[in-house]
Amino acid sequence: MSLHTLTAPRAPRAPRAAFGTIVLNEARLAWRQPAGIVVAIGVSLLLLVIFGSIPVFQQTSARLGGLSAFEVYIPILISFSIGVLALAYLPGPLVSYREQGILRRLSTTPVPAFWVLAAQFVVQACLMLIAVFLLIGVSVAGYGAIAPRNPGGLVLALVLAIAALFAIGLSIAAAARTSGAARALMALTFYPLMFFSGLYVPMQILPRVFAAISHFTPLGAAVQAIQDSMLGQFPPALPLLVMAAYAIVFGYLAKRFFRWE
Amino acid sequence: MTTYTSAVEISHLRKTYGNLVAVDDVSVSVAEGEIFGVLGPNGAGKTTAIECAVGLRRPDAGTIRLLGLDPHADRDTIHEIVGVQLQTTAFPAKLRTGEILDMYRSFYRQPADVGELVEALGLSGKLRDYYRSLSGGQRQRLSVALALIGRPKIAVLDEMTTGLDPQARRNTWELIEHIRDRGTTILLVTHFMEEAERLCDHVALIDHGRIVALDTPAGLTAQARGGKTVRFLPSARFDERVLTGLPEVSRVERDGQHVVVTGTGELVNAVLFALRAAGLEAWDVRLDASTLEDAFVALTGARLHEEHKEKGVEHKEGALA
Repeated sequence: MSLHTLTAPRAPRAPRAAFGTIVLNEARLAWRQPAGIVVAIGVSLLLLVIFGSIPVFQQTSARLGGLSAFEVYIPILISFSIGVLALAYLPGPLVSYREQGILRRLSTTPVPAFWVLAAQFVVQACLMLIAVFLLIGVSVAGYGAIAPRNPGGLVLALVLAIAALFAIGLSIAAAARTSGAARALMALTFYPLMFFSGLYVPMQILPRVFAAISHFTPLGAAVQAIQDSMLGQFPPALPLLVMAAYAIVFGYLAKRFFRWE
Repeated sequence: MTTYTSAVEISHLRKTYGNLVAVDDVSVSVAEGEIFGVLGPNGAGKTTAIECAVGLRRPDAGTIRLLGLDPHADRDTIHEIVGVQLQTTAFPAKLRTGEILDMYRSFYRQPADVGELVEALGLSGKLRDYYRSLSGGQRQRLSVALALIGRPKIAVLDEMTTGLDPQARRNTWELIEHIRDRGTTILLVTHFMEEAERLCDHVALIDHGRIVALDTPAGLTAQARGGKTVRFLPSARFDERVLTGLPEVSRVERDGQHVVVTGTGELVNAVLFALRAAGLEAWDVRLDASTLEDAFVALTGARLHEEHKEKGVEHKEGALA
């Protein structure tokens, strides 16, 4: 034992640049394991192009509330891009990071482990926004859709939709102990939510009860709010409140039950 | 201001999992700039103790101070000054070695030189390789590099050379000595006796969660029974009394053409000198020193895995003749 007495160092903070390097590596991983990008951007754009190329999809219909099927599908495909990233491609990496001890190792560095989660959020949110821009851009430029008339409402609807879906995705990551369990929970959540968004059959042509349920599901509310803001109205309170409620409740559950190891 | 007198001060540490007492009343004090070894058989509680020390687990009782700081209350500072290599760590399969190193480097305010570190660990040629394509030994060396990348004041290394080939192990030891010479205190969990003998200033032997011995490697070896043996091929037949009369020698046996002499002290010198005086030469001389492993076995009754036995110091033929 040394006889002299020394002064311990003071508490430092992790350099801010560290967050940038984590985001950069998460972006590299998203690029190198491109399933999320392919599905969220590639598949949704492909569907948009296909729907846009079918003449009958361009005809307005009273059953669709005076819209064309193509116009009905634009917000649905936007919601699909957000939903598939948040539910299918966010929980998986987080659960495997925990399984492999990556989060545990991080917790011994000056960087808080939740920075990884935040970095995932940044990367996925960027992918979502790219998907939204491309979907709207292609539908306007290529297929004569009308540009969103209420951009403020659209931004608010997108922010709430992303927040609600992320909160649900994080709750899956919190509840699932293994990657397998995460996949199962993802499937159980993703397909019903996509059904109620109208991806398989637009809600307008189903019995009213489905539309009524749809309004209280996160993706159904997202479709409604996005649709309205594209047509020029500020989205009504109900879908916005529904999405906010999902964000808050599932955000709380995720925070409460997420385990770092 | 927090003050401290030793780099690591653990007193009466206790950690249980249900009915299992993993760590029981462990107290150690590690001086600054020292390499301190924690030895013990599998399941002895080494890793649990280490994980408590770095704040990954909360002890049930006892206090831990790293440079005077509490691993939980002062966690922000602890994370900056303590570098950790855990036994079970993986990284994303599709990140490159260099990307992982750059990321961890960015976590610290005064990071080490990555080039120097990867050079010393033999990873320079692997920086562009994906983590998933690294061999077990390369992953292990990356893990050691990441523990040292923040220029820690204390480095905690859990089984750092497990899975490394002998050359890589020796290179890693050199690096650790180099890091220590720069003032870093090193807490080393190992079950390689050769590693502990080579590197450690002090070792604690842990068995069933308790410290059964705490001494220098030489001090522990001296506690072991048996002493050393010298084995050689004599140039001609000779009278065993040439050797049995020596104070260092306790026993002389024949093993075919070879002679095996057991004893203590400067046994090799004494034997070779006596043989030369009798006009004989010794060929194929081998010294089996009583090792830390003998001490370990004597003190814990445990048997180490065969692959970890690396006894035997070979002396060149006629080196002293």
